Order: sequence, then C-alpha cells, then structure tokens
Amino acid sequence: MTSLPKRNKDAKKLGLVIDLDTCVGCHACVVSCKEWNTGGYPAPLSDTQPYGQKPSGAFLNRVHSYEVASETAQRTVYFPKSCLHCENAQCVTVCPTGASYKRFEDGIVLVDEDLCIGCGLCAWACPYGAREMDPVVGVMKKCTLCIDRIYNENIPPAERQPACVNACPAGARHFGDLGDPESSVSKLAAQRSTQEPLGGLDYQPTNKYLAPRKPKNITSAKPLEPVNQNQNNGFIGWLDTMLSKLNPPT
Amino acid sequence: MNPAYSVLFFTCLSGAGYGMLAVLGIGALFDILPRGFVFGVVAMGACLSLITVGLLCSTLHLHHPERAWRAFSQWRSSWLSREGVAAVATFIPAIALALGWLFPTVIDATLWKLGAFASMLGAFITVLCTAMIYASLKPVQQWRVTLAFMPLVPFTYFGFALAGGMIWTQLLLFMFKESQAFNISLLTCTVLAFAWLVKLLYWKQISMQANVHNLLDATGLKENWQSIHAFDSPHTEQNYLQKEMGYQVARKHRDFLRRTAWGSGGILPILLLLIGGWIGGVAASACALLAVVLFMFGTLIERWLFFAEATHTSSLYYDNKK
Repeated sequence: MTSLPKRNKDAKKLGLVIDLDTCVGCHACVVSCKEWNTGGYPAPLSDTQPYGQKPSGAFLNRVHSYEVASETAQRTVYFPKSCLHCENAQCVTVCPTGASYKRFEDGIVLVDEDLCIGCGLCAWACPYGAREMDPVVGVMKKCTLCIDRIYNENIPPAERQPACVNACPAGARHFGDLGDPESSVSKLAAQRSTQEPLGGLDYQPTNKYLAPRKPKNITSAKPLEPVNQNQNNGFIGWLDTMLSKLNPPT
Repeated sequence: MNPAYSVLFFTCLSGAGYGMLAVLGIGALFDILPRGFVFGVVAMGACLSLITVGLLCSTLHLHHPERAWRAFSQWRSSWLSREGVAAVATFIPAIALALGWLFPTVIDATLWKLGAFASMLGAFITVLCTAMIYASLKPVQQWRVTLAFMPLVPFTYFGFALAGGMIWTQLLLFMFKESQAFNISLLTCTVLAFAWLVKLLYWKQISMQANVHNLLDATGLKENWQSIHAFDSPHTEQNYLQKEMGYQVARKHRDFLRRTAWGSGGILPILLLLIGGWIGGVAASACALLAVVLFMFGTLIERWLFFAEATHTSSLYYDNKK
C-alpha cells in the first residue's frame, strides 16, 4: 500500500543527524554505503563499466562540496545527501505498484524490489534526488538506513548502526530515534540549530542537518602585525631590533 | 526532465486516441456522426489503435514491463496507477460503443448511448490522470504553473487530446464525404486554436516564473549564508539523476522548437483544413491527412519541450549555472 501510514507524532522515527560543521568531505560514508549495500539486502547495487572508460552506477549516498559566503565570513561546507526518510514522502504515494512504502513501526522508507516496475516516477517525486535507478537490475534503489544492520542480531551491538555512521571518521553522522525527544540524536539536534533542506515543499524530512557554525567575524579581527623588515644580520641586526623596541619608529 | 521517447509517443498517441474516443462518444450521443458500418469500423479502429499503440509504448518505459499489472493496485494514492486503471476500464464502454456502431441490431440504442457517454467520461478521466501525474510533482515548478489559480498542465493535456480527437475525426469526415464536414471543420479549427492558445499561455507563465528554489534553499543554508557555489562534483561521471533530471539540450533551442511546434501543429493544420474544406473532394481528404500528420508532429515537439524544459530541484545540488 503506497498510502502513507497514519503515524502518531511520537511514533518512532529512525533517522540520521548529520553535522555539517564537522563533516570533512572524505566520502568514507559514500564508500562504506556502497560496500555494504552492494553485498547486502537484497540485490547488488550495480555499476556499469566499474573499471572502464565511463564508470557509472547507483549510489545511495553522495557528498556535495560547496563554498559558502556571507558578508563577513566564508567557509567550505560538505553536504552528504541520502534519503531523508520524510514523514510526508511523496516518493511513496506516487508509486503505482506498492513497491515504495514507509514502515509504520519506525518510519523507514523502503523499496520492495520484487514489486518495482522501474518506472522512475518516485525519483521524479523526490525533491532531493535521493533515489537512483539501478542500471543493471532495473529497479529503484535508495537508502535503507541499513535496515539489515540496525536490527541484525548476528553482528555486535555496537555495529548495529548504518554503515555510513560506523565509517565516519569525523563523528559527523549520528543515528537514532528522532521521534523520541530523550534520544541522544534528538538532544543533539535540540542543542544545535538545524536546517531543513527545501522546507517550503513540506516533505517533512526525518533526517536533520546541523547548521555549520560561522567562523569568527573576520573583519573585526585585528590586522596582522607587519613582519620585521630589518635586513641587517648579525650583531648590527640585533642592535637595530633592540633600539627599535626602545625607540619605536613612527 | 528527460523526454523519454516511450512517454512522448504514449502521451501523444493515446492522448489523441482518448480525445477521438470522446469526440466519437459525443457524436454518437447527439447523432452527429455517420452511423454506417464502414465508418464505424474505420473510426473506432483508428481510435482504439491510437489508444492501444500508445499504451504499449508506455510499457517500453518500464524496466520490468512483466510486472506492469501491479500498477493497477495503488489507485488510492498514485495518479500513475489511477491512469492505468482508467485507461483499461475505458476499454469496456469503448468496445460497447464500437459494437453498437457496427451491429445496431444486436446492441440496442440505449446501451449504445450509455457506452458513448461512459467512453467520453472514461477518456476525460484518463487524460486528467495523465496530466495529474506531472501536475502533482512538487519538485518540478513548471508543471505546477497556474493561471488565476487554475493549474495549466491539465488544461494543455485536455486541449491537445480534444484537438487530436477532432482532427482525426475530421479526416474521416472528409474521407467519407460527410455533408456537414466543412461546418464541423470550423469547430475543429477553433478547438485547435484553443489548444495552442492554452499552450502559449503555459509557455508565457513558465517564462515569467521566478526560480522558486535555489541551492541555498536546497541545502538549507539560506539562513546564515548569502552565496554558495559547488567547487567539486560528488562523482566523476554523470549519474542517473543528471541524465534523468538535468536535461539541458532543449533549453538551448527552445524558441525555435516552440515556433516549430505551434507552426506545424497549429497554424498549418488550420490552414490546410480550411483550404481543403473549401476546395472539397479528394483535396479535402488529402489536406486533412497532411493536417493530421503535421499536428501529430507538432504535438510531439510540444511534448518533448514539456519534459525537456521542466527543471527538477535535485539538479540544484549540482550547481550547473556556472
């Protein structure tokens, strides 16, 4: 059924909190995601010509690299983009076959690959570009929040997290229940200002992005002291420096 | 958005087919059209062929056409599913209409008119569903364009379906030397002009549309930052998203293609129908045949532009405007 499940406000909402202040853009999350999902549930995440002239393939996570500026500051921001597991997920409702669905119990948006006809309409309905067609299998692929890891009792409890979260060397990615205000991810999101991509479209993403903090105001910093212009070396140089300190040149 | 050939042919052929079904339905309801056996065979044959060939084209768009039957299941939420259901359901009254036309002694007049009315309704609903697949997509701002709070996309689809139906029926009326053919052709020309007028309004409205979203909004960075640009690509080769949503070619040749579309699909068919109808005889049929071909060509270009000119918010992340 591709109608969205009727979920309470306090229903479990599994998702990611991604700290744009901390992300260093190393793409480790992209690689680990690809590695886990090409070997895991339920079919390979295919590539075409992986070692050829034009390597291409389906990925569930991509990292974009931006430079941002305001009047007083500028910095780089890395923007990892995967499915945001929206509460108002239109990729689900447009699906004609019932392959796309949002789980009632934890809010994860999934594709049943045995039902998918590969029409591509869900990718058109996703404003974030979080869905990619598998070029070989011919079905739509998307982030599963590593559903085959997070509930997997065959792996150590510490590893029951999405592969991207486990891989992040900067600790920029956090996984948890955003429907529970007492969870660590909800507290983290409450402490920091969060930003909603394309908020005007009302897809109500579950994933949260923590806003990158602004560097200190660079125009208010004191200009650097001029470096010592003294060209003299040796004793004369030392004397010149000392005399200049006693009697600063105006 | 990527103008897939399967979808172009589907929407143009089936659109004209359902338009023709509606026109034949109206004609049957009000006893305007010839009731002969041969006319029935040719008219219903052409109409059902257009619909069926179009629908078959649409399955070429699927990576798993063998599972296409599953698309009839989600009509509660999905316009694409509703379209599938409506398209197939419309065959039932359409077949009743066809049988009644061919065998008036077997199918009684009440049932025939009921079939005619239901065919008309089914055709209308199917075309509405097709249009709503696109008009309901929030990430594509062009397809949500309105004029005085009226969504324009459904009206363009209605316009072209009806114009297609009229012009195909017109061809048959000239071929069968129907006495009212010339008078009806004036109505056909009016519908053609109306369809292209709505399309010109759509083009005008989308050219006046400001960009609803930008990269700062797409990344959620708009509160603290005033400018942004991508300094590196997330991947080296084009991916599915860029091929599917980031279609650029048509935007370059837009104005020329628009003129070609309404010139060949609107102006020339109207002139041909009027000149042909005025001369009469074989010339009328020949002119109408050419008008049909030109109209279908024009709508194909129009449909190509409909997809190719539409932009998707997911393209924003790639910051292509450099």
